[in-house]
Amino acid sequence: MKQQIEGSQAVAQAVALCRPEVMACYPISPQTHIVETLSRKVKVGEIGNCQFLNVESEFGALSVLIGASAMGARSYTATTSQGLLFMAEAVYNAAGLGLPIVMTIANRAIGAPINIWNDHSDSMAMRDSGWLQLFAEDNQEAVDLHIQAFRLAEELSCPVMVCMDGYILTHAFEEVDLPTQEQVDDFLPPFEPVQVLDPQDPVSIGAMVGPEAFTEVRYLAHHKHLQALEAIPRISQTFQNIFQRSSGGLLKLYHTDKAETLLLALGSVNGTIKDAVDDLRTEGWPVGAIQLCSYRPFPSHALRHAAQNAKRVIVIEKDLAVGNGGIVSSEVKLALQGLPTIVDTVIAGLGGRAISKAAVIDTVKAACLEGLEEPHFLDLNWEAINRELTRQAEQRRSGPTPENLLREIGLSSGKAL
Amino acid sequence: MSYQRVKFYQTGTFTVGNRLLDEGDRTVQARTDRSNSLNSGHRACQGCGEALGARYALDAVMRATQNKMVAVNATGCLEVFSSPYPESAWQIPWLHSVFGNAPAVASGVAAALRAKGKTDIRVIAQGGDGATVDIGFGCLSGMFERNDDVLYVCYDNEAYMNTGIQRSGATPARAWTNTTQAVGTEPGNPMGIGKNLPCIAMAHGIPFVATASVADLHDLETKVTKAMSIRGARYIHIHVPCPLGWKSDPAQTIKVARLAVESGLFPLFEAEGGVVSDRTPIRKQVPVEQYLALQGRFKHLFNPRDEEALAAIQAMADRNIHLYGLLPTKPAMET
Repeated sequence: MKQQIEGSQAVAQAVALCRPEVMACYPISPQTHIVETLSRKVKVGEIGNCQFLNVESEFGALSVLIGASAMGARSYTATTSQGLLFMAEAVYNAAGLGLPIVMTIANRAIGAPINIWNDHSDSMAMRDSGWLQLFAEDNQEAVDLHIQAFRLAEELSCPVMVCMDGYILTHAFEEVDLPTQEQVDDFLPPFEPVQVLDPQDPVSIGAMVGPEAFTEVRYLAHHKHLQALEAIPRISQTFQNIFQRSSGGLLKLYHTDKAETLLLALGSVNGTIKDAVDDLRTEGWPVGAIQLCSYRPFPSHALRHAAQNAKRVIVIEKDLAVGNGGIVSSEVKLALQGLPTIVDTVIAGLGGRAISKAAVIDTVKAACLEGLEEPHFLDLNWEAINRELTRQAEQRRSGPTPENLLREIGLSSGKAL
Repeated sequence: MSYQRVKFYQTGTFTVGNRLLDEGDRTVQARTDRSNSLNSGHRACQGCGEALGARYALDAVMRATQNKMVAVNATGCLEVFSSPYPESAWQIPWLHSVFGNAPAVASGVAAALRAKGKTDIRVIAQGGDGATVDIGFGCLSGMFERNDDVLYVCYDNEAYMNTGIQRSGATPARAWTNTTQAVGTEPGNPMGIGKNLPCIAMAHGIPFVATASVADLHDLETKVTKAMSIRGARYIHIHVPCPLGWKSDPAQTIKVARLAVESGLFPLFEAEGGVVSDRTPIRKQVPVEQYLALQGRFKHLFNPRDEEALAAIQAMADRNIHLYGLLPTKPAMET
């Protein structure tokens, strides 16, 4: 049924329809509305016998789910940013143990400086943890990906992060078609674990493994991701058959045929990008877009196939590999190696800075006409940066950089600070 | 009434179990049908107190639950020496995640069992003192305050032994470890620091807290059995000598543990709802020196004698005896 609903509320509804058995949650903005809603649903008995644990930390939250999942319970939590980093050890452990936990990441920047707004630094920091990572473009897709995530996770016995942009999606009210319980039950079979703690058939889970087998165990984790490359589009298709709409998959193409320049991004900025593509095409620019829905596994083959005829791929990414540049663009370059395609890195939207349609259009034109420096930082305030660099060169005790920058920007915008 | 109070010291031995008792009163360990939760063939050092404590505790849990149990293990010696394939020594469903999260993982197992309506299966979590008082403390406190249905057992060997004998928050005053070396003006671990986890557990007001020692098997098994008769968060802190880290004779593990109890340095008591409800009296207090002298980690206190330190440690033992009422004011002879 279609409703005007907040993204977090919609995701909570979707998770509840998946009949989770254990949820353990710790508050951190901007994922709080999701777990608040779920806690209420559990308390009023809307989710069967589901257990909701208010825990002492994100590390505790995921650890609870490791135990619950190993006991054969469908398990869910949500976090973001500092919370994801605080649980990092358990994030790797859950994947290493092959436990099919589903976790929402309400993508948010990582401090310092502390910042609660959206970018993708948090989930990118966990990109090699062994979790599958699916990115939602809008709240409808966020809802649909959660339902797909449980099926994917449990089929492969591999944990899945569903990434949705913090505030931009979690706090946005949009029209969302919420599925019925019958549809979800048709799509999502009960959880049948591949390993379980059972006194009738005792096993040791999480034993030490030495050099004789560790590489093989790691390869098999990689193999799961290779299997996911096949499973993700198949499950997306099955979803479409039951729910009558397309959601998820490895990647989505927008006017890529005969496009000479392709924009590539993850998450909600794809809405802005598609508007920019429309405007550019109206002006006669042969431009298209690729939305990367699955970031882990990275769909190299599908991407290469989609981009093989383009002259240029401009990757707009909300993250920064400090000391190197683009995280996503590095992987795009690897996927396209051997092709003459130019790959540009545009670092944008860090800490919630808005990515405007106009800025995207200007960047595409600049890239095609003059080329971009590598990496290119969208809308960077060079004046403020240069003044701070001068200060740092002039005095040893130059003070805390973030505070200095705020002062610089306040002055340059005419505000007395 | 004329019955003779059984005193196990009467046998004059430290034998596990007690042949003077009726079969029904013997320890789980003395029974031919003992379950061997932790099977022989594991890789623990000779004289390992933790291996003994773990088998005593878990065999008692198995007996109390008719084998319907799951164990969650923190990283540490116990995990490392028991688990490498193909030599897993565990005869029970066993899960190891990471160092600092065993209490939370166990909470998750308990939550899953509640969700599935299988509350006849019981959950225990276990770890060393580092996993318990230091790195896993946040998760442990969370498990306590939520009163999750988990028995947590800490095997306290008073330092990080698995990583090669470094100080933990449970390392005793003036003990040598590789990070509190016997050098400087105050050789060994500084006096007056560290934490008392049984008391912290009691402060959470959980249903049951107890201390136990591998030197007193009847007492240990009784406390574990009692813990399994209770629902909610329970905590047992077991003193387990480590011959490697304590630089003691592997053949004297039980003796060392017994002297810790009899000196008053490791009081045996239990508490219900945050209030001490029982204690195991000491028949005759021994000076702490007898306990310390058996351990190379304290040898800097004797050569030359560090009277100040020895007196301070004796005062700690005396304080425990006073605090927990370990020496009866009247002789324990009334029947």
